[in-house]
Amino acid sequence: MRARLRPRFPKCTNVRAPRVMLEYVLRRILQLIPTLLFILVVVFALVRLLPGDPASAVLGDRALDADVERINRELGLDQPIPVQFVLFVKSFVTGDLGNSIALKVPVSTLILERLPVTMMLTFMAAVFAVATSVPLAFLAALRRGRATDTVIRSGFQVGLSMPVFFVGLVLLTVFGARLRWFPVGGYGEGFFDHVYHLILPSITLALSLSAVLMRNLRSAVINVLDADYVAFAESKGLRSGIILFRHILRNALISTLAIFGLSIGTLLGGAVITESVFAVPGAGRLMVDSIYGRDYPVVQGLTVALAVLVSLTFLTTDLIQAWLDPRLKK
Amino acid sequence: MTAAPALSVRNLTTTFDLGASRVAAVRDVSFDVMPGEVLGLVGESGSGKSVTLRSLTRLLPSGAEVSGQVIWQGRNLVGLAPKDLRKVRGGEISMIFQEPATALNPVLPIRVQIEENLRAHTTLDRAGRRRRSQELLDLVGIPDAARRLDEYPHQFSGGMRQRAMIAIALASAPRLLLADEPTTALDVTIQDQILNLILDLRDELGMSVVLVTHDLGVIAQTCDRMAVMYAGRIVEEGGVSPVLGHPAHAYTLGLLGSVPQAGTERTVLRSIEGTPPALSAIPPGCAFAPRCVFATDICRTRAPELVGTTEGHAAACHHSAMVRHQLGVSA
Ligand SMILES: Nc1ncnc2c1ncn2[C@@H]1O[C@H](COP(=O)(O)OP(=O)(O)O)[C@@H](O)[C@H]1O
Ligand code: SF4
Ligand SMILES: [Mg+2]
Repeated sequence: MRARLRPRFPKCTNVRAPRVMLEYVLRRILQLIPTLLFILVVVFALVRLLPGDPASAVLGDRALDADVERINRELGLDQPIPVQFVLFVKSFVTGDLGNSIALKVPVSTLILERLPVTMMLTFMAAVFAVATSVPLAFLAALRRGRATDTVIRSGFQVGLSMPVFFVGLVLLTVFGARLRWFPVGGYGEGFFDHVYHLILPSITLALSLSAVLMRNLRSAVINVLDADYVAFAESKGLRSGIILFRHILRNALISTLAIFGLSIGTLLGGAVITESVFAVPGAGRLMVDSIYGRDYPVVQGLTVALAVLVSLTFLTTDLIQAWLDPRLKK
Repeated sequence: MTAAPALSVRNLTTTFDLGASRVAAVRDVSFDVMPGEVLGLVGESGSGKSVTLRSLTRLLPSGAEVSGQVIWQGRNLVGLAPKDLRKVRGGEISMIFQEPATALNPVLPIRVQIEENLRAHTTLDRAGRRRRSQELLDLVGIPDAARRLDEYPHQFSGGMRQRAMIAIALASAPRLLLADEPTTALDVTIQDQILNLILDLRDELGMSVVLVTHDLGVIAQTCDRMAVMYAGRIVEEGGVSPVLGHPAHAYTLGLLGSVPQAGTERTVLRSIEGTPPALSAIPPGCAFAPRCVFATDICRTRAPELVGTTEGHAAACHHSAMVRHQLGVSA
C-alpha cells in the first residue's frame, strides 16, 4: 500500500524563483534601450515637422536674414539632418539640452524645475484614484447587483463623463473661491504647502482615472469571486480576511495594474489641462507655452523627458505585475 | 448496519435566488456516509451533484438557501455559525475540485496554499508546518517535495496538480473528503492513479469519501455505495453491485445502457434521449417521465417515493419491478 503512495519519478531541473525574477528585471531594463532610441527618433522628426521655424518665432516676421542665420547656427539647424540627429542624441546623453529661446535659461534647469511639479501632481492623483477606486470597487463587487453596487457605479459613471476642466472649475469655485478651504491656484513654498496646493488639482485629475480603475477592478473582482480557487480557499476554512487579501485582491489587481500603467500617459495629458486651470507651474503648462512660442529646445527636451517618464512607469507596473503573477516571468 | 454514520443528510434542499423567482437545485435529498466508506454520487451534468456537495458545508453563493439537516459529529451544519463552520471546513470536511488548473491559486506557491490550511486548523509552529507540508507532498506521491513546495501551480503537470490539491485538502487530516469529479479533467491513466491515491489515503487516514462523478466506471471501480441523482433528487441508492447489477429505476437503467455488468470496463454515461428539465420547469410527478420509455399516467401525476427494494437498496420509480425485470432478462 505505502509503496504505491511513493512512486519514483525523474528529478526535474528548474531554476529557483528569485533568480527568475532578477533575470526578468534585467531583461526588461535592457528592453528599455530600443524604446528610448525610438522615442528620440520620433521626437526629433516631429519637432522638425512642426509648422513654422524657431528663428522667425524668436525674431518675428520682419527679421533680418543675418539674424535668422545666426539663430539657426546657434540651434545647429544649419547642419545636415544626420549630423543634427547625432548632436540631438548627444545632447540627451550629456544632459546639455541647450537654452530655452523664450526664457533664456538652460532647458535642463527648466525640466528639473517643472517636471517634479507634474510628477507630484500625477502621483497624488494616482494615490487619490487608487484610494477611492480599490475599496469601492471591492464593495461594489461584493454587493454586486444590489443598491450599494448601483450607487457606486453610477457615481463613478458621472465622474467618467465630466470633462477635466469643468470638474476643475467647479472644485475651484466651490472649495477655493467660496469656501476658501484651498488656494485657488499656484504651487506655494515648501513640501507641505506644495501638497496643499495640489489637493484640488489632483482630485480633479484623479476623477476619470479612478472611474476607469473602479470599473475594471470591479469586474476583475467579480471574475475572481467566481473562480474555483476562491471556492477552494473557502473550503479550507480560511478566515475571510485572508481569502479577501491573499486570494481575491491579489489576483484582481493583476489585470487592473496593466490598465493603471496605461492610464499614466493619459494622466500626464490631463495634467496639462489641470495645470492650466489651477495655474500650477508644472511641465504641462511649460509644454503648452513652449509649443505656442516655438521654443524648440524646450519642446524637444520636455517631450523626451515625459516619454521616458511614461516608459519608466510602464516598466514599474510591469515589474510589479510580474512580482504578483509568477506566470509572467517567462 | 453496525456503526453509526459519519455523516447523515436529511431532506437537504437548496434553492437559488434568480431575481424574480427561486429555483431548487437540490430537493429533499437524504443519505448517510459510514466511517471509512466511499459513497459515489452519479448523474448527468446539471443533476445537482456539485450543489449537493457544496451545500454540506454551505460553500454557496450568497442568495442560496439551504434547508434540512446535515448531521456531522452530532451537530447540524445547516445553521451552524460561520465561525464554527470555518473550523469544520478544511479541518473536518475537505473538498477537492474537478479542475486542478483553476482550483489552485495561480499566484501562490504550493507551500503557501498548504501552510495556510495548517495555520487555520493546527497548532503547528512554522517549522512544524514546513515539515508537515513536505510530508504531505510525499504522501500524495509528488517527488522532490522540498523543492516543489516553492513552485507555482503552472509548473506542475495536470496529474501532479491534482495530487497537490489533494495534499492541500488533506493537510489538516479531515474525516471526510468531498471529491467533485476529481478525475474528469485528467487522462485515463492518470485518472486511475488519482483514484487509487484517494482510496489509499482513505485507508491510511481512515476518512470517508463522497465521490461525485458522471462516470459509472469510476463508481464501479472505487465506491462502496452509490446514489443516482436526477433533477436535484436522489432517484436510486444502494450498494454498488446491487444498483449496477439490478437497477430499479428507469433512469439508472438508461445510464447503464449497454454496460454488461458492474465491473472493470469504464463507460461514460450512455446518452439518454432528450435533456434533463430546466430547474424552473420540473414536471409534476416523476421528473424523468418525459424521457422515460416506461412512463405511464401515474408517473406524470404522482411523484414516486424513494422506497426500498432489497436490503439497503432503494429507488423512486413507480415501475421499478418492471425495470428490474428488464435487466433480469438480459443479465
Ligand atoms: N449559483 C447558482 N445559481 C443558480 N443556479 C445554480 C447555481 N449553481 C448551480 N445552479 C444550478 O443547479 C443545477 C445543478 O447544478 P450542479 O450541482 O452544478 O450540477 P452537477 O450535477 O453537474 O454538478 C444546475 O441546473 C445549475 O444550473
Ligand atoms: S416513475 Fe415512471 S417515469 Fe419515472 S422513472 Fe419510473 S417508470 Fe419512468
Ligand atoms: Mg458538477
